[in-house]
Amino acid sequence: MALSLSNPARRRLRVLGFLSPWLIGFSAFFLYPLIATVYFSFMHYNQIKEPTFVGLKNWRYVFEQMPLFGPALWNTLWLVVVMVALRVVFGLSLGLLVTKLKSGVGLFRTAFYLPYLAPPVAATVAFVFLLNPGSGPVNEILGRIGISAPTWFNDPTWAKPSLVMLSLWGIGDLMVIFMAALLDVPKEQYEAADLDGAGAWAKFRYVTWPSITPIVMFAVVTGVVQTMQYYTQALVAGKIASGVSIGPGTVIQPGYPDHSTLTVPQLVYSMGFQNFNTGAACVLSLVLFAIAMAVTMLLMRKRSGLLSAED
Amino acid sequence: MTSTTLGAPAAQAVATPVKPRGPEAARARRKRILHWIAVHSVAIAVALLFVLPFVFVFLTSVMSDSQAMSGDLWPSSWHWENYRTVFQTDGFLIWWRNSLMYAGLGTLFTVCSAIPVAYALAKFRFRGRRTAMLLVISTMMLPPQVIVIPMYLVWAQQFHLSGSLWPLIIPMAFGDAYSIFLLRQFLLTIPKEYIESARVDGCGEFRTLLTIVVPMAKPGIAAIALFQFFYCWNDYFGPQIYAAQDPGAWTLSYGLESFKSAHMVNWNMTMAATLLVMAPVIVIFFFAQKAFVEGVTLTGVKG
Repeated sequence: MALSLSNPARRRLRVLGFLSPWLIGFSAFFLYPLIATVYFSFMHYNQIKEPTFVGLKNWRYVFEQMPLFGPALWNTLWLVVVMVALRVVFGLSLGLLVTKLKSGVGLFRTAFYLPYLAPPVAATVAFVFLLNPGSGPVNEILGRIGISAPTWFNDPTWAKPSLVMLSLWGIGDLMVIFMAALLDVPKEQYEAADLDGAGAWAKFRYVTWPSITPIVMFAVVTGVVQTMQYYTQALVAGKIASGVSIGPGTVIQPGYPDHSTLTVPQLVYSMGFQNFNTGAACVLSLVLFAIAMAVTMLLMRKRSGLLSAED
Repeated sequence: MTSTTLGAPAAQAVATPVKPRGPEAARARRKRILHWIAVHSVAIAVALLFVLPFVFVFLTSVMSDSQAMSGDLWPSSWHWENYRTVFQTDGFLIWWRNSLMYAGLGTLFTVCSAIPVAYALAKFRFRGRRTAMLLVISTMMLPPQVIVIPMYLVWAQQFHLSGSLWPLIIPMAFGDAYSIFLLRQFLLTIPKEYIESARVDGCGEFRTLLTIVVPMAKPGIAAIALFQFFYCWNDYFGPQIYAAQDPGAWTLSYGLESFKSAHMVNWNMTMAATLLVMAPVIVIFFFAQKAFVEGVTLTGVKG
């Protein structure tokens, strides 16, 4: 036994054996489609006739002519900046609040965490109802106390902020991560700061912040990656709020109202599966891929801990 | 203050612990109580904001059709039969079954394929391990929309599986990057002595994995199973790509959105359906709270 274990060829084979599910999956469901996406980005292909080579035509179309590319990119970047920033600030505040609580911690934590579990489609449908201008409870209550409320998901300027509110409702995961990080800050450091007569802000700035910076960084980067993929909530909110009947075969313009909720992933779907413009859809996919990879590289550099080998 | 010399003041300070008395102590206590009240009031206010959406959704779900169209907040009569109507809606039970199949099989496949891969990445030393880990993380970060078009073409044109959930379930038997990453982070925390002693006892690698590692990694496995179940249950994009063509293959998450249009403006039915889609996830959470929170923490803190 000892002899066979030390045999390098055998060991190599064993590693391959254990890794084989992933090696197959990685090649078939990642590498192949990625290469095929690059290939199709240079092809004209309507998914019926054979693809024909068209050079850079699709790329030029997307960057120079496609009317919705600008709005979609703008919306995606808007969401990346506003949503991620607010989520990190709010998640950290909530984590701080819960760690300051003396009683009922479990109850509060569950209340803050629960909305995160609501399936995105269900949460979105619920929010479109809550904020609907006709019979929604939010505008009803605001109206009773004399505030004239916007029409939220039906108003191009308020649709994205409404999506941000929806995502802040589901802050539970970030709150839990920040709570764990805050509880990990060594107690002695706070005691030392107390002896120095530090106020609450000074304690946060010089004790808490330095020790949670890696977690904040992690939250920002994963938040950016997630928001780059932002799809379901924006699509469902747009569809339900528009009141357009949907179902297979119904082609609707995504991004209601006025393209204000159109994101790049929605444009990929719309190009590839509604307009059957495979080439343009693949170009958009690659744009998304490039941005996601750039962010991932940043993550690798800032958090080399992800790759730590501890044995 | 008390380092080298045991001078009189220092000795005194040690000898008589500060006993709070007098107006100063009272002020300190009042400050503490005020602080308690302030923190808890904020917490209660925020908690209300988090819980009220559920309350309003529930209240609307038991309203009559006509009342649901008004701005009323409280149901004038309680229509529990709305829930029965939802269940009797065409397709609802089928979507429920499909969701369970997608989430159940998807979770099973993911767990079975992630365990050996995560184990190899955590405990074997081999050339290219770092690269493999890098690739796993890259896959994890990849937006699903990037590769969806060629993938769809393969499943639809080569395997004729569009209109079903199989194109979503089958790949899960070949490792899911997120689960592999998470489980590997967990396995790193298992001391290698356990594994080595099993090897000394003559256990093969595979038996070591099954009899030593898997039982010790139960919390990690529970976490990835939960995450994957929730992921499948919540998935909208996948079923939209592959199952949309056949309503018989829709899942709850996908079908829910069409519910609103089927019931026109009936928010009460839509809200009842919405709660029914949320319910299983929330019930599972209450039974597996610890594993879940541990898993969430694992994503951010460990490693």
